[in-house]
Amino acid sequence: MKSLLKMTWMETKLFLREPVSAFFTLIFPLVMLFIFGSIYGTQSVPGTDSTQGAIGTLIPAFTAMIIGMTGLMPVTITLATYRENGILRRLRTTPVSPLVVLAAQVMVVFVMTGLGVLLLAIAGKVVYHVQFDGNVFSMAGGFTLCSLSFFGIGFILAGVMPNARTAQIVAMVLLYPMLILSGAAWPRELMPAAVQKISAFLPLTYVVNLLRGLWVGESWGTHLLDVGVLVGMLLLGIIISVKTFRWE
Amino acid sequence: MNTIVQVEGLRKTYGAIAAVDDISFEVQEGEIFGMVGPNGAGKTTTIECLEGLRKPDSGTVRVLGVDPQREGQTLCLRVGMQLQQSNLPERMKVWEALDLYTSFYPKAVDWKELLVQLGLEEKRNAPFSKLSGGQKQRLFIALALLPDPQLIFLDELTTGLDPQARHAIWDLVRDVRARGKTVILSTHFMEEAEKLCDRVAILDLGRIVALDTPAALIHSLEAEQRVIFSLDGSLPPALEKALSMAGRLEVQGEQVTIHGKNGRKVPLVSEVVSLLTEQGINFRDLRTEQPTLEDVFLSLTGRKMRE
Ligand SMILES: Nc1ncnc2c1ncn2[C@@H]1O[C@H](COP(=O)(O)OP(=O)(O)OP(=O)(O)O)[C@@H](O)[C@H]1O
Ligand SMILES: [Mg+2]
Repeated sequence: MKSLLKMTWMETKLFLREPVSAFFTLIFPLVMLFIFGSIYGTQSVPGTDSTQGAIGTLIPAFTAMIIGMTGLMPVTITLATYRENGILRRLRTTPVSPLVVLAAQVMVVFVMTGLGVLLLAIAGKVVYHVQFDGNVFSMAGGFTLCSLSFFGIGFILAGVMPNARTAQIVAMVLLYPMLILSGAAWPRELMPAAVQKISAFLPLTYVVNLLRGLWVGESWGTHLLDVGVLVGMLLLGIIISVKTFRWE
Repeated sequence: MNTIVQVEGLRKTYGAIAAVDDISFEVQEGEIFGMVGPNGAGKTTTIECLEGLRKPDSGTVRVLGVDPQREGQTLCLRVGMQLQQSNLPERMKVWEALDLYTSFYPKAVDWKELLVQLGLEEKRNAPFSKLSGGQKQRLFIALALLPDPQLIFLDELTTGLDPQARHAIWDLVRDVRARGKTVILSTHFMEEAEKLCDRVAILDLGRIVALDTPAALIHSLEAEQRVIFSLDGSLPPALEKALSMAGRLEVQGEQVTIHGKNGRKVPLVSEVVSLLTEQGINFRDLRTEQPTLEDVFLSLTGRKMRE
């Protein structure tokens, strides 16, 4: 327990010392919010059936974006680099359990993602007086499920890819189209029908669906498909990442 | 004395290469035990089999009485390891690394004291990537000492360091031993093995070709002591004849080298000097060279350690 706390705290400091990941998790979503906010203001995005202002649609979408980015980039890169550089090798000579190493990573990225989302929500509230019709606990639960199941993808990539470079490239190749096509960067309704069909195959789509639904106060029951997919991903992620974990 | 490490018929192959080919030895408590040999001799493979990081193909290994493969978890509480290849995150600071690693052990020594002992106090807040090679090594030694281990492995601890840093690390290792710990180290510097180790195993191509104290290895070789001097002009035939009786003669321009066997009644150098003065020959730059482990390796394998 002591080692888990120490390790999590250490990894948090290292995360914040890495300017790129800190920027994309904490700052970039805010920048996106301000750009879109200055375009649409408090109107709804034209072409969506949302009764909410644009910001109310964008915050859950950008939350999905943060989850997608942190799940694929820092998780994958950190773990793959640690393995490649022999950092895990050094850890292996100590009594520390691999579960502690994995858990510390999960906690750090989870907390950082949460922080990014919190900043986003505060900015939405303070700057745009965004309307929130959901339940805070329900939203937090949805966020937790989405984050954890998405981190699984990062862990799997880190475990399966031969080296850090490949892991990073594969993560990027997966991430960018997914951000655009899943509706995390802008509402999916604005995209052609054919493109919308593709999005059904992207895990991030289910994150966007669930979070947008919970934001406007829909019940979990109306999102069984999304929840099912995400829980499946979570279980798969845990099993595969523990199975594929290698010290070197 | 207690036996700390016991290795019997250890083998480890990678494809067609036998990295370690039937190695047996024992290490006693309080020893500095060295493994020396050229690149690829099998030092790291042997050490990492003892550490439980690699699984031997066959043979038995006992470290502190247990099998590292089966009881690695208990072993890493009592054994300190410095690996030939490992790293810390670039932006992790020296004190943070020590603090973090301390939390892994139920009982650890105070890292602040280690920091002072290893001369890293000034570098306390330096990130790992900004440390020099010697400082990184010292940090890794500090990490290895954290659990207050009975046994410490140091794989290639001075490779890439300048002579001054190397001597500082030697002092450190002697210090560790003085505190009652057993040290197993590897090196490809014969001089390091000779100066630092109580006993040395010379490895070549996965086998131990010799194992003894450095002094005994050099002695058992009956390695040649050498006397070297220079002459003005060429070697007179009479002297050449007389000198060849004393030992094998080698002439390079003005420089003459006589290789004599050890264990002679009269020391080679006095014999040579008396021959030179008897015949009234002017010589200069006379010196003797003792055989080293380097010569032992050469005579055992027919090859030089480093080309
Ligand atoms: N993981 C591995 N996969 C394949 N071959 C290996 C592996 N590890 C070691 N070898 C081979 O085993 C032999 C012994 O390697 P080892 O690293 O034990 O040598 P060493 O004495 O430590 O050398 P060095 O002085 O270069 O560190 C070498 O021929 C090496 O190529
Ligand atoms: Mg080696």
